[in-house]
Amino acid sequence: MFESLSARLGSVFEGLTRRGALKESDVEAALREIRVALLEADVALPVVKDFVAAVKERAIGHEVLKSVTPGQMVVKVVNDHLVETLGAEAVEINLKARPPVPILMVGLQGSGKTTTSAKLGLWLKGKEKKKVLLASLDTRRPAAMEQLAVLGSQAEVASLPIVKGEPPVAIARRAMQMGALEGYDVVILDTAGRLAIDQELMAEVAEVRAAVEPAETLLVADAMTGQDAVTIATEFNEKVGITGIVLTRVDGDARGGAALSMRAVTGCPIKLMGVGEKLDALEAFHPERIAGRILGMGDVVGLVEKAKETIEQEEAEKLARKMAKGVFDLNDMADQLSKLRQMGGLGSLMGMLPGVGKMKKALAGANVDESILIRQEAIISSMTPKERAHPKLIQASRKRRIAAGSGTTVQDVNKLLKQHMEMSKMMKRMTKMGKKGLPMGMPGLPPGGLPPGMMPPGGGLK
Amino acid sequence: MFGKNRSEASESAAEDRKGWFARLKAGLGKSQDKITHGIDEVIEGGAEEAPAEVPAEPAAPEPERKAGLGQRLVRAVTRRRLDDIALEQLEEVLITADLGPATAARLVSNLGRSKFDKDVTSTEVREALAEDVAGLLTPVARPLAIDPAAKPHVVLVVGVNGTGKTTTIGKLGKVFKEEGKSVLLCAGDTFRAAAIDQLKIWGERIGVPVLAREQGSDSAGLAYDALEQARAEGTDVLLIDTAGRLHNRADLMAELEKIIRVLRKLDAAAPQSCLLVLDATTGQNAHAQVQTFQEMTEVTGLVVTKLDGSARGGVLVALADRFGLPVHAVGVGEGADDLRPFDARDFARSLMGLEG
Repeated sequence: MFESLSARLGSVFEGLTRRGALKESDVEAALREIRVALLEADVALPVVKDFVAAVKERAIGHEVLKSVTPGQMVVKVVNDHLVETLGAEAVEINLKARPPVPILMVGLQGSGKTTTSAKLGLWLKGKEKKKVLLASLDTRRPAAMEQLAVLGSQAEVASLPIVKGEPPVAIARRAMQMGALEGYDVVILDTAGRLAIDQELMAEVAEVRAAVEPAETLLVADAMTGQDAVTIATEFNEKVGITGIVLTRVDGDARGGAALSMRAVTGCPIKLMGVGEKLDALEAFHPERIAGRILGMGDVVGLVEKAKETIEQEEAEKLARKMAKGVFDLNDMADQLSKLRQMGGLGSLMGMLPGVGKMKKALAGANVDESILIRQEAIISSMTPKERAHPKLIQASRKRRIAAGSGTTVQDVNKLLKQHMEMSKMMKRMTKMGKKGLPMGMPGLPPGGLPPGMMPPGGGLK
Repeated sequence: MFGKNRSEASESAAEDRKGWFARLKAGLGKSQDKITHGIDEVIEGGAEEAPAEVPAEPAAPEPERKAGLGQRLVRAVTRRRLDDIALEQLEEVLITADLGPATAARLVSNLGRSKFDKDVTSTEVREALAEDVAGLLTPVARPLAIDPAAKPHVVLVVGVNGTGKTTTIGKLGKVFKEEGKSVLLCAGDTFRAAAIDQLKIWGERIGVPVLAREQGSDSAGLAYDALEQARAEGTDVLLIDTAGRLHNRADLMAELEKIIRVLRKLDAAAPQSCLLVLDATTGQNAHAQVQTFQEMTEVTGLVVTKLDGSARGGVLVALADRFGLPVHAVGVGEGADDLRPFDARDFARSLMGLEG
C-alpha cells in the first residue's frame, strides 16, 4: 500500500517537461503527495504540516537541474530538508560529567529499554573503553531486573546486585554509590516502562532524575510508533526532561515517521538506533537512512550494509572490476542469486529497496515463493562453463538441454536469460552513473553507485 | 472467554464494562482526546471564519484546553457548514488517531455524503463518525471461543517484540482459570533473557502451572512437550508464549512455522487459535505485521495492548476493514485483571471522545 514517493510524484508531474524554476503551482501539487506519504509513514500531523510549509518555502523558485524532472527536484528538496530536520550531524552520548556518569533510560512499556540499556553498556565498553555498571529500576514488570542482569552477563558488563523490594530511587542511589566506590565510569539506569500519561509513574522517574542528575536521559522509542509519538515525546520531555532519543527496531520494515515527529517536537537529537536482537546491534543514528525510508525511497544504505555482511569484499571488488568493463555473465548472476537467498530472502529485502511499492503488490498477488531463486540457480548450474561466460551462445537446442537438465521448461530458461540481460544492462547503467555522481532517489549512497551483489532479479518476480 | 456467566455476574460485568471504558477515558485524560478537541476545533473554529490559506491546527496540543463549562456549551451548539475544507480537516483529525490516510478519507467521505453542506455541531459529527466506526468494528468484536472438545484448545501467541505477549498470556490464563477451565502455560519465549522467569511469575500469580526449560532451548520441542502434557492431563487450554520477532525476519518467521508444524504432529487441528498481539501505540506498520503473521501462522484473532495509554489504536479500524480478523480482547494495564473484551461501540465512541 505504500507507493514510493518518487512514483507518486512522477504521476503528478507527468507531462510536465518545462524547465526553469519550480513554480508555486507545481510545488502545491507535489506537496499534497508528500503530505500523504509522510502521514502514511506515521509522521505526526502537526509535524507534517510544519514540515510541508517549510519545504514549500524552500522549493518555490528552486532551479530544476538539467536531466532531473521537477518531481525529482521536489523530492530532493524534501529529502534534504528531512535529513536536516532529523539532525544532519551525529550527536554523541554525552559523558562529560564527573564519573560515575549516570545515564537514565526511559520510555513506554515494550519500547526496548532493557535491551537497549545492555546494548549501550556494551557500546560504551567497546567504543569508549568505559567501565559500565547496569542497574534496573524496574520493580514492576516480573523478571525485568533478572533480564537486565542476564543481558549484562552476556555483554560482560557488570550489573548491580538485585535487592528485592527496594524502591526505584533507592536503587538508583545505591547504583551511584557502588559506581563511585568501585570506580565505574558510567552507570546506566534502566527504568520500568510507563505510559506518558501515568502521572504517578512519571513523577517517580522525575524523582529518580532529580536524585542522580543524569548526564543523559534517553527516551527509548519504537520505530513503529504511530501518531502518538508526539504525545509520548512531549510528555516525557516535559515531565522528565530528555536529552536524546534512541530509536529501536529500525531493523523492522516500519517507515519510521515517529523519528521525525519526536525530533521535531522535542528538539532532542536522535542519538542511537537499535538494528537487531543481538547486543552489538546498536548504531549511531543515520538521518539519511531514516529519511529515505520515511519518503518511501527505501533504506538503500541499510540494504548496502546488509549486502556488505553477506558479500566478501574481495569478491565484490572483482565483480566491480568486471562490471566496470561492462561484463556481467551468468556466473555472476548465479552468485547474486545465492547471495540474495543468504540475505534472508526476497521478502526481507523488498521493504528496503527503493520504489518497490508496486513490485510488492505484484509479489503478493503472484504469491511468489522463494523457490524461484533456487530454480534459477539450478538453470544456471545446468549450463556449461562456456555458456555461462557467453550467454549469447545459448540457442534453441542448448535451451532444451538446459531445461531438461534443470527440470524446468524452455520458457523458464528464456525468462532467466532475459532477466540476465536486463540485469547486465542495469549494471552498466549503474556503473556509468557511479562515475558521474549520484542519481536522484538514492540519498546517501556511497560514491561508485550500488555495490554489486544487491541487484534484485528484476524481471523474474512476476 | 469473557462474560460466559454474564447473567450471574451481570453486576460485576457491568462494572467491568464501566471499568474498561473508564480506563480508556482516563487514558485519554491528560492528552485530552485529540479527536474530540480536533473535531471541536474544526467545527467551531471554522464557524466564524472559514480558514482559507492556513487551516486551523486541529491536532496541535494546546495547554488551555479546559474551557469553562459555559464556553463549552456555547461550543457545543456552534454549528458549522460541512464544506470541503471542514471535511478535509476532519480527515486530518482522524489521521492523528492512526486510522491512516485511506480509512480516514473513506470515513469522511461517508460523512460528507449524508451531511455535506448541512450545518452541523461537533457532537453530531462525532456521533456520526462513531457510528460508522462501530459499524466497521462490530463484526470483528468476537470473544475467543474455547472449543471444549479440544482438550487442550491450543492458543499460540505471536507478535513483534515488546507488544505484551507474555503479559497477555498471564492475563488470559487468569480469565480462563476464573471460568473454571484448567490451564497450562508454556514458556515458549526461550530467546529473550528472563522471559521464562517472567511467565513463571505470572503462573504463580494466577495459580496456573507453567512448563518451561532453560533459555536457548528449542521452542518447538518445548511446545510439543507442552501439548503432550496437556493432552495427557486433559487440560482445557494450553497457552503457548513465543519470542517476539519482527515480521520481516524470514528466518524467525520460519521458526514459528516450525512450532505449528510440530504441534500438528500431535494434533492436526492445533493450534486451535493463533493470537497476534498488537501494541496500540503502533502506527501504520500494524498492517504489515498482520499481513505477514497471517500469511505465516494463520492468525485467528488479535489482542490489542496498551490501550490505557494516550495512543488510541485507530489503526484497528483500518485493520478490521482490511483483514476482518476478530479482535478478542484489549489490554488496559499491567495488572492481572487488565484484559477486557473488545466492545466495538465503546471503542468507537471513546475513539471519537464521546461519553459511554
